[in-house]
Amino acid sequence: MKITYDRSACQGHNRCYMLASELFDTDDEGYAILLVEGDVPAELEEKAQLAADNCPEFAITINE
Amino acid sequence: MATAPRPTVTDWSTDFDHTHPDYAASAPQIWDDLRETCPIAHSDRFGGTWLPTRHDDISTISKDPERFSSQGVVVTEFRPDIPAPMGYAPPITSDPPFHSIARGIMLKFFSPKAIEAWEPAVRRTCQELIADIKDRIKAGESEIDAAKAYSQHIPVRVIAEMLDLPNEDGDKFRGFIHNTLEAPGLDEDLPWEETIDFYLDAKVAERRENLGDDLISYLCEADIEGMPLLDEHVRGTIALLIIAGIDTTWSAIGASMWHLAQSPADRSRWIDDPAVRPFAIEEFLRFYAPVTMARLIAADTEFEGCPMKKGEWALLPFPAANRDPEAFERADEFIIDRARNRHTAFGLGIHRCVGSNLARLELRIAIEEWMAAFGDFELADPDTVLWSTGQVRGPRSLPIRFPS
Repeated sequence: MKITYDRSACQGHNRCYMLASELFDTDDEGYAILLVEGDVPAELEEKAQLAADNCPEFAITINE
Repeated sequence: MATAPRPTVTDWSTDFDHTHPDYAASAPQIWDDLRETCPIAHSDRFGGTWLPTRHDDISTISKDPERFSSQGVVVTEFRPDIPAPMGYAPPITSDPPFHSIARGIMLKFFSPKAIEAWEPAVRRTCQELIADIKDRIKAGESEIDAAKAYSQHIPVRVIAEMLDLPNEDGDKFRGFIHNTLEAPGLDEDLPWEETIDFYLDAKVAERRENLGDDLISYLCEADIEGMPLLDEHVRGTIALLIIAGIDTTWSAIGASMWHLAQSPADRSRWIDDPAVRPFAIEEFLRFYAPVTMARLIAADTEFEGCPMKKGEWALLPFPAANRDPEAFERADEFIIDRARNRHTAFGLGIHRCVGSNLARLELRIAIEEWMAAFGDFELADPDTVLWSTGQVRGPRSLPIRFPS
């Protein structure tokens, strides 16, 4: 599973950070920072999907 | 305050009025009906107002600040006469490019990590209010208005602490909020000494003389390219926090309690399954999103076949977007463990609610503490629950009974 994050779409809702803090941090203005590069560790796939499914701005994409 | 009743609405697709008591009583049904029959309604009221009800249209308008300006965000008969770019209450009333400068100053104070530090203060506030309610029950009261005894006080006390203003000014805050959001445009005859601007001008002047570690002082110390913020900027931002930060959060807490009072199954699930709580909070926010924003149409434009005229309003009913079946599975059902929930309770695009982390914290702690204290409760009389009119939707009275 691969995950991508579009900083230009992010508005700092922080849903990903709350649901998957192993995958997302936030900067000092609350915008997301993706902590992994591309491949999601197997044990975090469910959290990655949750982060993508709950982003109001559609800024997170999952590719199998 | 004696005001003439709003004229009756006979057709919601051509004459809607979001400040009418009939809208307050049944807004979700009105949105659902319009979405099916006339997804972008128009009314001549307030000098021309549009009401989109589809998630798609609400999203598009939210993300198009060039055509849909934020210089006005509360629908009134009047149009704001504050010159761009700042608007009355930056950053909510600011358009790009000034918007991102004003917003950046606020984002640092309201980032998720900065807001986590407020959790003990919020919890203490909720526990104090619950202790008072328990005392009243012990003294023999069988019915408590949870809106007046609990939900309305939580954001007032938290904001007062954040701004280092006295708790006792809470009633004043609620008056300012009512004048601005629930009865907009009716305060034209208000004496200057009773306005929020008068109140805040004095506080900003005081703070400029004597800085503390509160949010007013933070804004007094902030700068834009080396220049301190104008007094009007500081005042407008504080007014925004008071007006937008209190009514909204109070409404979300109250509506969530209204839901739990009527759902023994969801109360049990909340108590028995702590893992469901983060999902429950987001579902409360989706299903009972309190806020409808507005935009001013910047120039004549056609939108989805609708001829929108410069100076007309476009309402953005985020709760209607949250109930659109095109955007949510089983949109009309409250599903406490909903796992796919891209709700728009805090808006979309560049004006996403700057206080969303604080609002979410207050909602979570308020429900956690209430449920820990009173796992079992019900509405004393569903017919006496009164929902607010205007652009913020929530129960203003919430009589609760506890099984003895």
